[in-house]
Amino acid sequence: MASAVLVAPIVLAGCGSDDGGPPLLTWYTNPDNGGQATLAAECTESSGGAYRIQTQVLPNDADSQREQLVRRLAAGDSSVDLMSLDPPFVAEFANAGYLLPVTDPADVDELTEGVLEGPLLTAYWDDELVATPFWANTQLLWYRQSVADAAGVDPTAEGFTWAEMIDAAEAEGKRIGVQGNRYEGYMVWVNALISSAGGQIIEDAELGAEATPTVASPAGDAAAEVVGGLARSSAAPSDLTTAGEEEARSLFQSDDGSFMVNWPYVYQAAREGVEGGAVDQDVFDDIAWARYPRVDADEASRPPLGGINLAIGDFTDHPDLALDAVKCITSVENNAQYMVEAGNPAARSGAYDDPEVREAFPMADLIRESINDAGPRPITPYYGDVSTSVQRTWHPASSVQAPGTPEDTDSYMSEVLAGERLL
Amino acid sequence: MTVTETPAGPDEPATEPDGKAPVSDRLRHERKLGFRLSAPAFIVMILVTAYPLGYALVLSLYSYRLTDPDGREFIGLQNYMTVLTDPIWWSSVSTTAIITVVSVAIELVLGFAFAWVMYRIIKGRSFVRTAILVPYGIITVVSAFIWRYAFQLDSGFVNSWFGLGDFNWFGERWSSLFVITFSEIWKTTPFISLLLLAGLVQVPEELQEAAKVDGATPWQRLWKVVLPNMKAAIMVAVLFRTLDAWRIFDNPFIMTAGANDTETLSFLAYRQNVTLVNLGAGSAVSVLLFLTVVLIAFIFIKGFKTDLSQVRGDD
Repeated sequence: MASAVLVAPIVLAGCGSDDGGPPLLTWYTNPDNGGQATLAAECTESSGGAYRIQTQVLPNDADSQREQLVRRLAAGDSSVDLMSLDPPFVAEFANAGYLLPVTDPADVDELTEGVLEGPLLTAYWDDELVATPFWANTQLLWYRQSVADAAGVDPTAEGFTWAEMIDAAEAEGKRIGVQGNRYEGYMVWVNALISSAGGQIIEDAELGAEATPTVASPAGDAAAEVVGGLARSSAAPSDLTTAGEEEARSLFQSDDGSFMVNWPYVYQAAREGVEGGAVDQDVFDDIAWARYPRVDADEASRPPLGGINLAIGDFTDHPDLALDAVKCITSVENNAQYMVEAGNPAARSGAYDDPEVREAFPMADLIRESINDAGPRPITPYYGDVSTSVQRTWHPASSVQAPGTPEDTDSYMSEVLAGERLL
Repeated sequence: MTVTETPAGPDEPATEPDGKAPVSDRLRHERKLGFRLSAPAFIVMILVTAYPLGYALVLSLYSYRLTDPDGREFIGLQNYMTVLTDPIWWSSVSTTAIITVVSVAIELVLGFAFAWVMYRIIKGRSFVRTAILVPYGIITVVSAFIWRYAFQLDSGFVNSWFGLGDFNWFGERWSSLFVITFSEIWKTTPFISLLLLAGLVQVPEELQEAAKVDGATPWQRLWKVVLPNMKAAIMVAVLFRTLDAWRIFDNPFIMTAGANDTETLSFLAYRQNVTLVNLGAGSAVSVLLFLTVVLIAFIFIKGFKTDLSQVRGDD
């Protein structure tokens, strides 16, 4: 009985407006260093009592986050007022009717003003704005200045390619950090290579199961040559088949490190490593950055795109308040604040001009340009099938051949989409 | 000629019409009471398990993805055809079978050795028993992480201890399966040894002593006296562990996430149902997994020719 009395106020507080306070909005966030919780508190404050936002943290990896949200939304859970959603899942969620579209043109303008080109592409489904880019992410080419100098290459030069990079690392007896494990990070790499070579993984992606895989193309072959070529060269990391972002970072900071493609968080992590004694100051001073390398010297690269979109659940009891909250959370000021505090790059261009952002990210302009030119992963409600088909047929990297692998991917993906094969 | 049937007296064995062993009245009454006592639980269990099982059977006849509700369509047995003709299903079957056979065989031998030690030891008995049982007290997910970190290239100590350089254990199928099976054996050998210990203490000491007097060697006593008398305990241990190993999920999930052909049947069912929300094919996989479990249990009970209901004091 005593415990029931103790629990009662907590339960009531969880029921939103039942306690007489302003309506409560629940925001399901991906884990970060507390930056989203801070924004939730600030927007609650600035709403002047119109609403309160509480955050619920989702699991660590993107797939588990999606699983939990799908389970809740499939059951029509009205507690999902706001959600932080990985861009590749937007199409699937919108197609299933889980996301509340923004229909008023004035609201659309406000939510998309100044948003960079790459992330904006991922926020639409069926010509409707179903999510708002909150923060965006992209990969840069990180390199050790000493290795590049010794090999006589300039990674910041316009036409710097993967082939030149592999040659340089081999000549210096060093290794290249990439994400070759069978997971989403590998799909990110393959997609960036195919996009950079001027191709795409799937055509008419919006048709879902009826879409046409197009990996078997000159661009697919060029990408396969890079992946297979690197895996079979002496520049391949010994743990390539299981390497994710962290393994690549650890290799890059070691004596074998030379080049690495990775998200900008690695710079902040290296700086913290110096403070904690795990990374030498010399290593940190040796780190330099450039735009994602090209596949074809004559064609600009299309770097990977990551980040988080903010979406409103279709079953929310407070659609108007949720929309107001999205406007507040994704404002250009809050984008800049979040970038400085959480280290995640902003989705709106204006945030990169903020002096604090420029101080924390010496490469801010490069990140902005890279996000703007980034090539999103296929926008399809069957994204999971597409991504897993690529991961299965391209893993391990040392088995990737051109021609061969791209054709296998297409036939496998077609059968999977038709429901004739398992994934 | 007229045959007069004499009713069986209270202590006389009754002859069953199908010629089976005679059943006493006491046993018959006990059986009736047993059925009556367990009926409520049995009915509740059927209700609780029959609904999901039936629903899975229905779903397996549809092409149905949770996030594509409009695409739901009745396709009959096509999901089963797709699953049974797919190399991924058979790869999962072979991976699961390899892990099951190897781990249960090694565990049986090791487990018996441990049980023997626990049975025979006199000094420090409780310490030894506790030490042997520790791995079983660790949650499987935790033990999977422990061994993953131990074998991993950057954080692991295994390579440096054995001078293996930068050998990537999780880089290919057989070395991954080795680590997965090794972890499984480390974790569950205590369980099998506990079950075998229970069987070992039931072997009458007099039988062994009689065999000794007759001049049987220790090896002969083990094969001719101890093991035959432990048949039921061995069957229970092997059956439990086989079904347990057949449903293995945690180790491959944590260690390889199914890469390099290390995906097991439970993992395949999980991925279809939970990750891909492909409920049609996922249910077909689950139903087939269920059937394999039933088949294994059936083979074991027939193969060992041990009637567990006969393992009782009054027989």
